[in-house]
Amino acid sequence: MSIWEYANPKKFMQASEAVLPWLAALTAVSLVVGLIWGFFFTPDDFRQGSTVKIIYVHVPSAMMAINAWIMMLAASLIWLVRRHHVSVLAAKAAAPVGLTFVLIALVTGALWGQPMWGTWWAWEPRLTSFLILGLFYLGYIALWSAIEDPDTAADLTSVLCLVGSVFAVLSRYAVNFWSQGLHQGASLSLDAEENVADVFWYPLLVCIGGFVLLFLTLVLLRTRTEVRMRRLLALLARERMA
Amino acid sequence: MIALVGRDLRLALRSGGGFGLGLAFYLLVAVLVPLGVGPAPATLAAIAPGILWVGALLACLLSLDRLFALDAEDGSLDLLATAPIPLEGVVAAKALAHWLTSGLPLVLAAPVLGLLLHLPPPGYGPLVLSLLVGTPALSVIGAFGAALTVGLKRGGLLLSLLVLPLYVPTLIFGAEIVKRAAAGLDSAAPMLLLAGTTAGAAAILPFAAAAAIRINLR
Repeated sequence: MSIWEYANPKKFMQASEAVLPWLAALTAVSLVVGLIWGFFFTPDDFRQGSTVKIIYVHVPSAMMAINAWIMMLAASLIWLVRRHHVSVLAAKAAAPVGLTFVLIALVTGALWGQPMWGTWWAWEPRLTSFLILGLFYLGYIALWSAIEDPDTAADLTSVLCLVGSVFAVLSRYAVNFWSQGLHQGASLSLDAEENVADVFWYPLLVCIGGFVLLFLTLVLLRTRTEVRMRRLLALLARERMA
Repeated sequence: MIALVGRDLRLALRSGGGFGLGLAFYLLVAVLVPLGVGPAPATLAAIAPGILWVGALLACLLSLDRLFALDAEDGSLDLLATAPIPLEGVVAAKALAHWLTSGLPLVLAAPVLGLLLHLPPPGYGPLVLSLLVGTPALSVIGAFGAALTVGLKRGGLLLSLLVLPLYVPTLIFGAEIVKRAAAGLDSAAPMLLLAGTTAGAAAILPFAAAAAIRINLR
């Protein structure tokens, strides 16, 4: 029994069908608990007032926007090395989800930045590199939709994903070099004693968990759709041959 | 490989179009910007480094879709893929030819356009040097983008969407060099980073581009 058994589309469909309802329920519960707890049962910040509560959407979606690309990178590598179709379809399915997280992070950041920094947008390292990450997602999605042959598309987008990862990291540091930051430092890190006060920290953890689950749910759902679409295309092709 | 570079150069020079187009586009950008933002020398001097670099970027982009598309159409790309030299070498040679025909003329034209945009005097040397160091990266990255889109009927627009984000580091470092030099500051650090970006791109991307061409020819 190894994880590679789920590379078999049939196995994958069976397993994901069994897991998906539980995952979706867990996502709903943790998001509802986390967001309601965060929005209504935490005190306002001393200086930021109630705007601080955007953290419960902004931070998790920003984290998942980056993690989605890392997951796509891993899935693309698996496709290039082991040629498992489910893997590359999962990468394809994750891209629009990742792009959505980028947009959520940018929009919530702008909503928070307007009252706090006095501006919707600033050309500063984190914001700029996030915008560029969004452009990488766009290019990846556009390349998928431009190529008709599915295997060629899978190969080319995987190569693009690898090269894009290198350049995304490079852009991140280039942008750092280019301009001074307005964005506060990382609010979360594993080695700090206390990241933010505990009252904010626990609901935030629940929200992050909720976003991770949401990402998994959406990717599984979309991958299932992609697998079904692939089957449909195969059926149509067989019909035409007959 | 030298023969291949020579062939591409002859093709670019004799087939007309393409070759001078990038240069003409660069000139037009430098002419249109003052018309758009007004002729005040102080304003122009402030934005000249950025405009000169962005213009170079876009001019380079113009000729990219011809890089492999023409060879793919008449079948010579298949011949090149089966030639005794590795496909990575073919990509590198074609990127070099692209740089010689579109990057190098931009480098040579840049000081004249700097004059049009009132670039401060200390900026000229670093402008030429930064373009000389940076534009090869544009050609190599562009070759990768062109290799990805070579099988597509209308890949031009997609090509720019794929390639422009990859140009970000080169643009930032390149424009930063000129900006710092024009302000009289030391520009050694961005110059080294730019050189590193170019060297890294030239080392890695021919392999990625060759892989993409192999996939497209399959």
